[in-house]
Amino acid sequence: MIEQTKIPGESTDFAPPPPRLEKNFFRDALKELKKAPLSAKFGFVVIAIYVFVALFAPIIAPFGESEIVGSEYEPWGEGFILGTDNLGRDMLSRLMYGARNTVGIAFVTTVFAFLIGGIGGIIAATLGGWTDQIMSRIVDILMAIPQLIFALLLLTIFGTSIPVLISIIAVLDSTRVFRLARAVSLNVVVMDYVEVARLRGERIAWVTLKEVLPNILPPLVAEFGLRFCFVFLFIAGLSFLGLGLQPPTADWGSMVRDNATLITFGDITPLLPAAAIALLTIGVNFVVDWFLHKTSGLK
Amino acid sequence: MNTKNKPLLDIKGLVIEGQSGEEWNTIVNGVDLTLDRGEILGLIGESGAGKSTIGLAAMGYAHPGCRISGGEIIFDGVDLRKLRQDACRELRGVRIAYVAQSAAASFNPAHKLIDQFVEIPVEHGVKNRAEAEADAIDLFTRLQMPTPDTIGFRYPHQVSGGQLQRAMTAMALSCRPDLIIFDEPTTALDVTTQIEVLATIRDIIEQFNTAAIYITHDLAVVAQMADKIIVLRYGEVVEEAKTRIMLSDPKENYTKSLWAVRSFKKTAAAPDPDPVPLVKIDHVTAAYGDSTVLHDISFEIHKGHTVAVVGESGSGKSTAARVITGLLPPKQGQVYFKGELLPADYRNRSKDQLRHAQMIYQMADTALNPRQSIRDVIGRPLSFYLGMRGAKKEARINELLDLIELEPRDFIDRYPGELSGGQKQRICIARALAAEPEFIICDEVTSALDQLVAEGILRLLDRLQQEFSLAYMFITHDLATVEAIADEVIVMLQGKIVEQGSKLEIFSPPHHEYTELLLSSVPEMDPDWLDRTLEERKKLSIKSAGQ
Repeated sequence: MIEQTKIPGESTDFAPPPPRLEKNFFRDALKELKKAPLSAKFGFVVIAIYVFVALFAPIIAPFGESEIVGSEYEPWGEGFILGTDNLGRDMLSRLMYGARNTVGIAFVTTVFAFLIGGIGGIIAATLGGWTDQIMSRIVDILMAIPQLIFALLLLTIFGTSIPVLISIIAVLDSTRVFRLARAVSLNVVVMDYVEVARLRGERIAWVTLKEVLPNILPPLVAEFGLRFCFVFLFIAGLSFLGLGLQPPTADWGSMVRDNATLITFGDITPLLPAAAIALLTIGVNFVVDWFLHKTSGLK
Repeated sequence: MNTKNKPLLDIKGLVIEGQSGEEWNTIVNGVDLTLDRGEILGLIGESGAGKSTIGLAAMGYAHPGCRISGGEIIFDGVDLRKLRQDACRELRGVRIAYVAQSAAASFNPAHKLIDQFVEIPVEHGVKNRAEAEADAIDLFTRLQMPTPDTIGFRYPHQVSGGQLQRAMTAMALSCRPDLIIFDEPTTALDVTTQIEVLATIRDIIEQFNTAAIYITHDLAVVAQMADKIIVLRYGEVVEEAKTRIMLSDPKENYTKSLWAVRSFKKTAAAPDPDPVPLVKIDHVTAAYGDSTVLHDISFEIHKGHTVAVVGESGSGKSTAARVITGLLPPKQGQVYFKGELLPADYRNRSKDQLRHAQMIYQMADTALNPRQSIRDVIGRPLSFYLGMRGAKKEARINELLDLIELEPRDFIDRYPGELSGGQKQRICIARALAAEPEFIICDEVTSALDQLVAEGILRLLDRLQQEFSLAYMFITHDLATVEAIADEVIVMLQGKIVEQGSKLEIFSPPHHEYTELLLSSVPEMDPDWLDRTLEERKKLSIKSAGQ
């Protein structure tokens, strides 16, 4: 053995051990939540209510989704808290089911969009070269066509069933996710630790999922919130145009359209589904803002 | 002015706090210093000692997230802390100037040098534009910049790093300030460039009788520049003395340990070389696109040997490493490992071939994935190459942590963000060791570290070499490191090998011309070194001109 000459001051190399990290994720999350600003708390409450309503719609809704229970356009009152719609269906029940359909489908669509765009973006950034060129140009082409018109076109070709709706919106929306994922990955793939992994002989799956993905997660999660809003606005928009969810499925977009005439009589009922959309959008944005603020390290 | 007997700058009981989260931590705690006209004060200490923070505070400024919370900063009879913001701003640039570490990052790449030069004097109404331009050319001449009449009309990317650093010094002098703060002005430069910049800085300070604060972590540099030295640690003054006294007779233990750093020498002689070299680079020519970076390079590395590759930035040192690892397939030539030809591209190499050559990087920060715990970082090569699982793997991780002198229990669950610079570098070493390699490329592994920490790393690498008879390819620009650890030395210049041989051969005369320049440019602790070297070079150039 070689004798180790101990130099006074050599201990500077050793940083004092930081306080042990709490392993309990939920307790941590709860603690963070308590410190969150009012806007974020409001956002969480709104989202929680929507999720609750969406999950338990069949139990808490007073009537069925497409059950005709009264005469057309009944006013707000005893039997029907928010009146009835153009066919005499209970407005409140349909709003609740609408949460289920619109929000649920939007969620599934966003997940797909992120799977396609996110993985594509990271792979394009990691592999670079021709793979990147081809993928990026395809995305450019898709993005060059106005989204709404492109969606309308595809929906007329393939029909308006829910799976078709989900796949078309997911593909169209994945282009934007692709762009973001590729851009943030480009900053990560030049890091030495990615080179280390490559030199180790790791496969592309390991490099993308274990080395790159964890480092770009915060902006992606924030983007998830925003894209989710855009997607359900988009679905609502398509439904309003008659190409989204098809009747008798309750959907906020088509509910606005169906009851639009009421507005001319000074009744605000058709605005309720629109308000439901607006409230959720605001709530999600509040939460996303807070999350971005936390993870980006901005003080 | 009746400032004759008063110091130009008088800092008393300076306290500076920095914000982390919602708390304020003390960064600088009760520092006193005084500085007279024409005097150069050297501030030295490790990173985090508060050197730069004090330097900025001398201008009455604190970084965003920091605040000056106590003490007095009296500049020419005025307390900067009590001065209004705009009055303070008047002082900065005109009477107090600042030269930052990275000139490249401090210049705006979109404007010509001269436009950036004239900005301050014109803005503050000291000179009009024509005068300022004439002055710039005068200063460029005095700073011995090449073609001083026209160099100012270039953009920052069109001049070299050393020239840029001198241009920045010229800029700082544009209003003939009373005080200049140099924050590590030569740290980012090659030794051969550093000596020129040091000489011109000292010259110019003498010419204008300016006071200066010279911040650096390099003791040899501060020995050349400063009249007196303050040693800082944890934001407090450890020791203060005149340069010569400080060098010859340090009082405090910490100062002594700083002075002793360069004493490390490799303990054992290298084993006799095997007949077949471990790594052999055979007539390699490599290029990035059309620009050739390596011209017909050949060298060998033997088992258990340390081969140091030295040269300035851009000499092709790191490119040689990239060729060996297979990241950059060469245009011509081959790489052999134990006599066996390695595929040029790392993607075509077998797991075993990859395993045997590991790499340690300069920036441990970027070489460790911030989202992986130490267990994952070290564990991955174990399971990937050696197929270790569960308890066996866990035991091996512990063993490796012991080997790099980090307590396994404390460190195994940490993330890279919770480690100091030296600890991170140790983890990188452990990761390389985990693959059980025979050959490790160390690319400037100590350059980003403080000297004490760097020495710890060198000792560790040396010990590991003894234990596992590892071969190192040690890329560095620091000749002191080379002297400490190398068995053989390769000197590179502009993609070619200028000289190669055993350390003894390279470090003893006669030298190749470039090796001579490189060796003589390394600052020594002797405060007369700079004068002596410059004198010698002058003599040489006169002699060669006479021939």
